Amino acid sequence: MSGAFTKSMARNIFYGGTVFFFLLFLALSFDTHTQLPKRDMRANITPQIAEGKKLWEVNNCIGCHTLLGEGAYFAPELGNVIVRYGEEGTKAFIQARPKEGIPGRRSMPQFNFTDDQLNAIVAFLKHVNSINTNNWPPNSQG
Amino acid sequence: MQYKSQAVAKPYFIAAIGLFVGQILFGLILGLQYVLGDFLFPAIPFNVARMVHTNLLIVWLLFGFMGGAYYMIPEESETELFSPKLALILFWTFLVAGALTIVGYLLVPYATLAEMTGNNLVETMGREFLEQPLPTKLGIVVVALGFLFNLTMTMLKGKKTAISMVLMIGLWGLAVFFLFSFYNPVNVVLDKFFWWWTVHLWVEGVWELILGSFLAFVLIKTTGVDREVIEKWLYVIVTLTLITGIIGTGHHYFWIGTPEYWQWWGSIFSALEPIPFFAMTVFAFNMVNRRRREHPNKAAVLWALGTGVMAFLGAGVWGFLHTLAPVNYYTHGTQITAAHGHMAFYGAYAMVNLMMISYAMPILRGRAANSNKSQVLEMWSFWLMTVAIVFITLFLTAAGILQVWLQRASDTPLPFMVAQDKIAIFYWMREWAGVFFLIGLIVYIVSFFVGGDEKETA
Ligand code: HEM
Ligand code: HEM
Ligand SMILES: [Fe+2]
Repeated sequence: MSGAFTKSMARNIFYGGTVFFFLLFLALSFDTHTQLPKRDMRANITPQIAEGKKLWEVNNCIGCHTLLGEGAYFAPELGNVIVRYGEEGTKAFIQARPKEGIPGRRSMPQFNFTDDQLNAIVAFLKHVNSINTNNWPPNSQG
Repeated sequence: MQYKSQAVAKPYFIAAIGLFVGQILFGLILGLQYVLGDFLFPAIPFNVARMVHTNLLIVWLLFGFMGGAYYMIPEESETELFSPKLALILFWTFLVAGALTIVGYLLVPYATLAEMTGNNLVETMGREFLEQPLPTKLGIVVVALGFLFNLTMTMLKGKKTAISMVLMIGLWGLAVFFLFSFYNPVNVVLDKFFWWWTVHLWVEGVWELILGSFLAFVLIKTTGVDREVIEKWLYVIVTLTLITGIIGTGHHYFWIGTPEYWQWWGSIFSALEPIPFFAMTVFAFNMVNRRRREHPNKAAVLWALGTGVMAFLGAGVWGFLHTLAPVNYYTHGTQITAAHGHMAFYGAYAMVNLMMISYAMPILRGRAANSNKSQVLEMWSFWLMTVAIVFITLFLTAAGILQVWLQRASDTPLPFMVAQDKIAIFYWMREWAGVFFLIGLIVYIVSFFVGGDEKETA
């Protein structure tokens, strides 16, 4: 780098550039927040859905599955599982997991959920499925 | 060692390496579970092993960053550390908190752990990488604040160089963006939106400042190139990092409920993110070529060049591969993501820590560099681990392309598990490459214990 471009110029561009782009990012984030209510279906969030999200978290489902493509890649996407299995099918699947796993197969734990808990989880997954994701995933297999 | 208090770095480095070993052992468990699905089930389900693998990764990298900073800041500031005692207290606090957390993951069902540790008070658990119980998260904040206080005080009483300023901005940023891990709204879109303010703004933002600063420090020390030149490079690199990386966060806002315009902002800015990584590689090679002295620590120079190249490949090239929205539509959340995650984390952050350890540890042990014998082993471990991660990445990329093809792009898409069965061969090969990685890591550790008696002169 030539002598004309000094270290203090480089430093000023660093501070100025960082502040500028951080503010731009904040502005975009702010705009996103004004648009989100139409897309994230927050008006539909019930206490049951909130309970479902909590169950999703405290059982660390994200440790094997993806949700809207984020999480682990060991087990199927669940943002659209309702499309694949339906509500009853999803509940039946979760309930039917054998305690000791399936020999030789990737196994999901038996969580011993109550009916209320299963309903809450399914309500949460149904809610996630209703979010406007710009048409992701490409097909029902997730 | 120029300042006595730099010695506090040593336990941090040792802990980092110990936890690294744990991370890799659990990686191998995960890799086996990919192909022998019920391996260790139900004792250690996949999700538990995965938390251990990724959390150990984060914790050992943090130990490495702290050790590196405790080593570097006194030397850069030309004064003793403000409080070596505080550094040691925080070391033990962090180590015990970290160990208890891992033991908790392994011994207690996660839901029970959440119940026991006050998750009902503030619900923060159960999100990828941020699975730590509340007390651990609070512990991280306390340790980070104590650490930052200690270093900031050191810097205030000494010289303030560009390298240490950039490091401190990176470390303060690390602490500030971690605070978003406490924000977990019931609205899952908002939850995901701000989750990335921790995860993305760490690895593609403030951590890159830490990376650049460590690299600049070791290059000054080993090449003897003029500080003015190196610091100017550093400023240019971190400028490029933040002007691309901050808005580059948008590459995670394509499909999670956020507006369409992020497909443009995210694609364009993140497509520029490889530039600072490329600049780091050019920087490292350039400085080494212009070196004014032959530093006896060849291994440290190798790590410095290696981290430049591998960070560029893993973050730059493999990141670019799937960062444009039309591509990401198909690759989002597949083995392609995992391939990139592995090479990027290893190339950028594992390697920069190993570079810092390689440079500082011999000095902390009272010599300018390790014996030739020890360095040869260390360089072997460099190649074993690096080539292994390249193969892990290639096998996962192959698995990912097939997964996309079979499950996403096909006219008759296969169910997830059916597609997984068809690509199992690549998971087997990944696991074997992982075994080579472990061998490399063992060689690395052995290198600390050989040839210590033959001293190399500076
Ligand atoms: C023996 C070598 C290793 C093996 C077999 C291995 C295996 C795995 C597996 C199976 C996963 C879970 C993927 C999923 O969610 O389905 C994973 C995740 C991860 N591993 Fe490794 N790993 C190894 C070494 C490493 C190393 C050296 C690093 C970094 C320095 C690393 C960083 C990560 C990261 C960041 C994730 C999360 C990835 C994501 O969310 O995309 N691993 N690893
Ligand atoms: C050293 C720097 C980097 C590290 C450590 C890193 C690591 C990771 C990890 C672990 C993930 C998976 C996150 C999850 O589990 O959901 C990820 C995702 C991603 N990264 Fe990076 N990354 C780095 C730099 C980059 C760069 C420079 C680019 C772009 C050029 C990039 C593009 C992406 C994209 C597009 C995703 C989302 C993948 C998906 O949709 O599934 N990354 N990165
Ligand atoms: Fe990112």
